[in-house]
Amino acid sequence: MTVLSDPLAPTSAFAIEADGLSVRAGRHVAVERLGLALDTGVHGLLGPNGAGKTTLIKALATVVRPHAGTLRLSGVDADRGDLRALRREIGYLPQRFGFYPRYTAREFVEYLAWLKEMPRDAVPAAVDRALDRVGLADRADSRMKTLSGGMVRRVGIAQAIVNDPRILLLDEPTAGLDPEQRVSFRELLREVGGDTCVVVSTHLVEDVAAACEDAVLLDRGQLVFRGSIDELEAAADDVGDATASTFERGYSALLRDHRERVGA
Amino acid sequence: MSPVDTWHVPDALLDRFAAVDGAALPAPEQWSVEAHLERCPDCRARLGRAMATRSPELLAVVEDVRAGLDARISALPAPARRRWGARRLTGGLLISRLLACVAVLAAATLLDLVAASGGGAAPSWLLLAAPVLPLLGVAASWSRALDPAHELVAATPAAGLALLLRRTLVVIAVVVPAALVAGAVTEADSQAAWLLPCLALTAAALALGSITGIARATALAAGAWVAGVVVPALALQDTPAALEPAWLPVWCALAIVAAGVIALRRETYPRMMER
Repeated sequence: MTVLSDPLAPTSAFAIEADGLSVRAGRHVAVERLGLALDTGVHGLLGPNGAGKTTLIKALATVVRPHAGTLRLSGVDADRGDLRALRREIGYLPQRFGFYPRYTAREFVEYLAWLKEMPRDAVPAAVDRALDRVGLADRADSRMKTLSGGMVRRVGIAQAIVNDPRILLLDEPTAGLDPEQRVSFRELLREVGGDTCVVVSTHLVEDVAAACEDAVLLDRGQLVFRGSIDELEAAADDVGDATASTFERGYSALLRDHRERVGA
Repeated sequence: MSPVDTWHVPDALLDRFAAVDGAALPAPEQWSVEAHLERCPDCRARLGRAMATRSPELLAVVEDVRAGLDARISALPAPARRRWGARRLTGGLLISRLLACVAVLAAATLLDLVAASGGGAAPSWLLLAAPVLPLLGVAASWSRALDPAHELVAATPAAGLALLLRRTLVVIAVVVPAALVAGAVTEADSQAAWLLPCLALTAAALALGSITGIARATALAAGAWVAGVVVPALALQDTPAALEPAWLPVWCALAIVAAGVIALRRETYPRMMER
């Protein structure tokens, strides 16, 4: 990649830039020599279980430190740069997160807004707006422990977007949402993606097909495919389940090709 | 964009713009006046005055709406934000975890009272337990296993030394007074003798935490205390030497060294939560 070859070149505009990135999950190398540049827009992160999606998202969220390669977020080296300033620009929804049961939804999002060092005056309005955007305005003052799983997930999304991040990382955001909520969540994604780099990890291919501009396909820690939804669908062939959507068949075909290449 | 201050809406034009009756401006002129008004606070102020003379009835409608809105907004229940300050202070510290620390103190006090009524001269359980209790609280506030929102907190800019110290101070503010009260109840001779070891151990754990992570560091510090002080004290059935006044300089030195390490390594704390 010519963009990355000159270390003294002015920082590029990419929100996320990984070069030769390797990340461990425990002792296992879950992401291996990944090169990827992502900019504003909604990017779907796809792959079978164990492909390294969650580990990659954790590294992008600066929660796990890569053991090799470089990672630049908003042009800042995540390893040596000003981590604190960088983290103010990040919104992160982990695959699983716990909460403080006695907090109300509003208090929980407020607490995270405070941890994100948002200006004090901006917090109340930003929290109300975030809860409203995930459709929880009417449950804002309910205790977290009284909320359903899908609602807790939406509080998680609210805390991720509360600081209007430039990089929004969502790990399985639609898990636990009912079909109607998933549709309105996709609308939210498209809205946020207008001026934010959104990375959505999911195993639900229809979420990606419906809400993402492009897809990043991982398998066993390696990049299999990066391209538009159309390109992914164009990879579909006639092998396998004929009732599957073009998108699903494209996904399977790309994975199969990659495994054959790696195996060969 | 044209400079705002070179041109302003002439009085006559503004006057016609302000009129809602028959003298209204043609649409294109209205738009250009509107475009200027959006950028020019002076002309907006002049428009307000012109409205007052030319269209008082319209102004009255606006005032009506404003008064109605104000009344309805003030009638709404005030948002519940009273607990917010406290939430921020105790965030990440589950009450159940703090209560567990206090419960251990209560148990130690009870054992001491039982031993005292039996006339035994065993080492005070309270003295042995109090120095390590804040460690348990600190570990609980800052570990993947015990802070439920750890993963969320770790990705925020606040994750670092300041937040760690804040949580540590809250733990100490709960545990130390509780231990002092317990000491008063048991009427131990040197009831504050544990205070300095307690602070030194906590500081040492925080310092070590910058290298090993807080969970491991607190376990190591607590383990060292149990192996070096609690076990010998129970074996010898005597108050441990480490709690004698002769040891105060040692604890002092440990606390100072630990504080120095924390200050030197303060930049590493934001990354400390990582696996």
